[in-house]
Amino acid sequence: MRSSVSRLSLWLLLTPFLLWIVLLVLLPHLQMLRVSFQVRESWDTIAWGIEQYQNFFTESYYWRTFVRTGVMSLFTTFLTLIIAFPIAWYIARLARGRSKGILFLACLIPFWASELVRTYGWMILLRESGLFSSWLQALGWVDGPVEMLYNDVAVIIGLVYNGLLFMVVPLVTTLDGMDENLVEAGYDLGGGHGTVLREIVVPWAMPGIVSGCIVVFMLTLGSYLTPVLMGGKDSAWFTEQIFTQFITRFNWEQGAALGVLLLVLSSVIVWLGLKISGQSLRKVMG
Amino acid sequence: MIRSVPRSRLFDSLYLAYLVAFFVYLALPLLVTAVFAFNDAPFPSLPWKGFTLDWYFADGSEGRTGLFHDDGLLTALWVSAKIAFWVTLVSVALGCVNAVLFERVQFRGKEFLYLLMLLPLVIPGVILGVSILVFYSGMANDISAAWGIELDLFRPGMTLVVMGQVTFIATLSTLVIAARLRKFDPQLEEAALNLGATPLVAWFTVTLPWLLPSIFGAAAMAFLMSFENFNTTVMLTGSDTPLTVALFNRLREGSTPVLNAVALLLMVGSALLALLVMGRSSR
Amino acid sequence: MGMDSDLFCEGLVRRFGSNAAVDHVSLDVPAGTFFSILGPSGCGKTTLLRLLAGFDKPDEGDIHIRGQRMNDVPPNRRPVNMVFQHLALFPTMTVGDNIGYGLKRRRMPLAERRKRIARVLEQVGLPDLEHRNPQELSGGQRQRVALARCLVLEPTLLLLDEPLGALDLKLREQMKVELKHLQKQFGTTFVYITHDQSEAMVMSDQVAVMRDGRFDQVAPPEELYREPATPFVAGFVGDNNRLSGELVSVRDDLAEIRLDDGVLVQGRVASDNLRTGHRAELYIRPESLLLSGDALSAGFSSMQANVRTTLFDGANSRVEAENCGQPVYARLPQDGSAPRLSADSSIRLAWNPALARVFGADSL
Repeated sequence: MRSSVSRLSLWLLLTPFLLWIVLLVLLPHLQMLRVSFQVRESWDTIAWGIEQYQNFFTESYYWRTFVRTGVMSLFTTFLTLIIAFPIAWYIARLARGRSKGILFLACLIPFWASELVRTYGWMILLRESGLFSSWLQALGWVDGPVEMLYNDVAVIIGLVYNGLLFMVVPLVTTLDGMDENLVEAGYDLGGGHGTVLREIVVPWAMPGIVSGCIVVFMLTLGSYLTPVLMGGKDSAWFTEQIFTQFITRFNWEQGAALGVLLLVLSSVIVWLGLKISGQSLRKVMG
Repeated sequence: MIRSVPRSRLFDSLYLAYLVAFFVYLALPLLVTAVFAFNDAPFPSLPWKGFTLDWYFADGSEGRTGLFHDDGLLTALWVSAKIAFWVTLVSVALGCVNAVLFERVQFRGKEFLYLLMLLPLVIPGVILGVSILVFYSGMANDISAAWGIELDLFRPGMTLVVMGQVTFIATLSTLVIAARLRKFDPQLEEAALNLGATPLVAWFTVTLPWLLPSIFGAAAMAFLMSFENFNTTVMLTGSDTPLTVALFNRLREGSTPVLNAVALLLMVGSALLALLVMGRSSR
Repeated sequence: MGMDSDLFCEGLVRRFGSNAAVDHVSLDVPAGTFFSILGPSGCGKTTLLRLLAGFDKPDEGDIHIRGQRMNDVPPNRRPVNMVFQHLALFPTMTVGDNIGYGLKRRRMPLAERRKRIARVLEQVGLPDLEHRNPQELSGGQRQRVALARCLVLEPTLLLLDEPLGALDLKLREQMKVELKHLQKQFGTTFVYITHDQSEAMVMSDQVAVMRDGRFDQVAPPEELYREPATPFVAGFVGDNNRLSGELVSVRDDLAEIRLDDGVLVQGRVASDNLRTGHRAELYIRPESLLLSGDALSAGFSSMQANVRTTLFDGANSRVEAENCGQPVYARLPQDGSAPRLSADSSIRLAWNPALARVFGADSL
């Protein structure tokens, strides 16, 4: 009796979960993988092949963008970590009482606006007719309007801005849980700033660092608005190509192949990150 | 480096300057976006031409159409709200069930299923959208070709957008609610049984009230995430475009202060929602 | 008595795998008794309590409450309430709602509920706290709210699962006394489990000493202290010295054993497995040991011991000495008349054999 009731409740709880995971995650991704190996021979005949993947490697535009996107995402993630760490440290360890809560909330503010709004804000600031350009002219530092938008620096500024929140929050959470005596003991036993940071603080904060890095990396790699709106003519992002294949060219097979490649790239880098830092997905995300 | 370890004055002032610079960096784009919603000029840039509410209220008679008379944007806003409503409902319900499943039930293969549950977090949003498009829209195409049955439900449109957003928002709401449930002392349920409650009554009078703050938190988060999402949505949207996609299309045509007006409205809305939830949970 | 007691259990067994956490336990608690179950952690006392509350089912044996068999009654239908180890006050409810929770489940009208809540709060000494949150209360107050939440339901049986464990020492001393008074005042039957022998001794009418799933002895506290039935009880309840040696003879109820240094000493026979020539153990309390000098009363036993150090602790000050490698503690006279005991000096410790108890070395 007891066991049959608990079996029933287990299945009742399990069913929604399985429906969600199977219908919205597993099946769609398997289908995407399948479609990526389809080759359309005419309008109603389909063959199997790796043509889409061959296209990727022979068309230098594809893989150049692919590599560029990966490298710039890694760089952005690293930059975000470097920028966020002192802030998180201040909030978690140096600020007290009310100011702690207020600073933390202040870090959340960009989240109140969507990525589109944030990017739009940066466009107003950086473009030729934008605020920075006007201010520089008003100060007399430059003669004419300056274009600061549509280049890689602008894209990275925007991407870091989008990622900061997702880096600061996990860092603050782990650093908050650190026993200050650990740091004191580090100094007491003769460590300098560098050693204490390297051997005590960073290892302690590792789960937060990895968690923040994974989220920021995923967001950056998969972002679309910021690179499209802030990037220049030759700073294409890989998501744009997927978008083009699906929406503009209706070439689902090629788009699916590019999607699979992006997924492989992100999985490999996340997996490498976890392996190198010795963390597990469950520990850093759950 | 910490309060009890002495620091030099130079280090302190550099640190402070860094903090200030950081928060300026955070606030600046949002601030200028908000300010230019009130500039009396047809283009959001300097110089400042004076304060106006035209970008909200102008009715188009003088060549300016304010947000509240812009049918395109208002429709898009309504579409977004409907999508966000359904996404919130489904994600929070799924989140509750999943949280109970992973925190309170023991079964074989739990670790593996938990990893599956986390999976949507490490899949780029574009891919989530693409895969659902390929699967469902492709299925609708095949069925149409084979039997002539039209499954409009699975064509790009609101249903697909809701499905696509639920895919990852459900994971987030599961994590939020599970974190709260983890802190729940199961002895409280036993205490309720001991005081005469049936298991069902115990769940509704003791466990659910405990989870309520996290359920509200998850709901607010789900609503905002859905409202602001672009990457997944853009792949799945049909003729009824939600707000972010509509704004994106407008932005590509050129920026007008109406966009600033919408942006400010969204910010204020999100802030109010966030404050509401935080006020509730701190009480 | 028997089946008509408030709680009567017979042959209770609860197994986890091959290990029996509760192993053929029988108990009989008459109405109005403060009954304690005392044992080290892992002895099965929490499992036993969960069987009584209905959170777990026995594999064998019966539980009767006021003559009603309870084995198949779910926890919410049993006339039993429980004060949990960590109190388990509902954090989402006020003190009043916590106390009213059980009454509400009985569909008692609001007005009546309010009256009862106010009355029970008065009785536990917390008037007018209904509207506070449990988190705002002190440890002792929370303790009382947890009690009131159960007592307001007027249960036949109140189970308490080491509820004093989380309090600091001073408050615990105070609550011990208060709990005993409350029990007398309400007249409810209490079943209290603890690993702290002083809690059990101070409060209880009857104490069951539990070990490895079984009861070693069930007796009033004083009997437990003076007449321990097993070496485990002798060692677990109160401080005790254990001297081992070889049994020389048994005359009437006095046993004579030869300690390892050859000295012959005597104590009362406490188990029936004493055999001449076999090992035996003599238990003597520190307060029964006299620092005798030379003046020995007739019939007293005595032994030599080497002083290691003295342990000053007010009325409980002791000297730590050593006899044949075994530590021996003796209470120092409270009037400060003790001789100056320097380390390594030799002292003579004497006792009245009627106060010592001798067990066979292989008795459990």
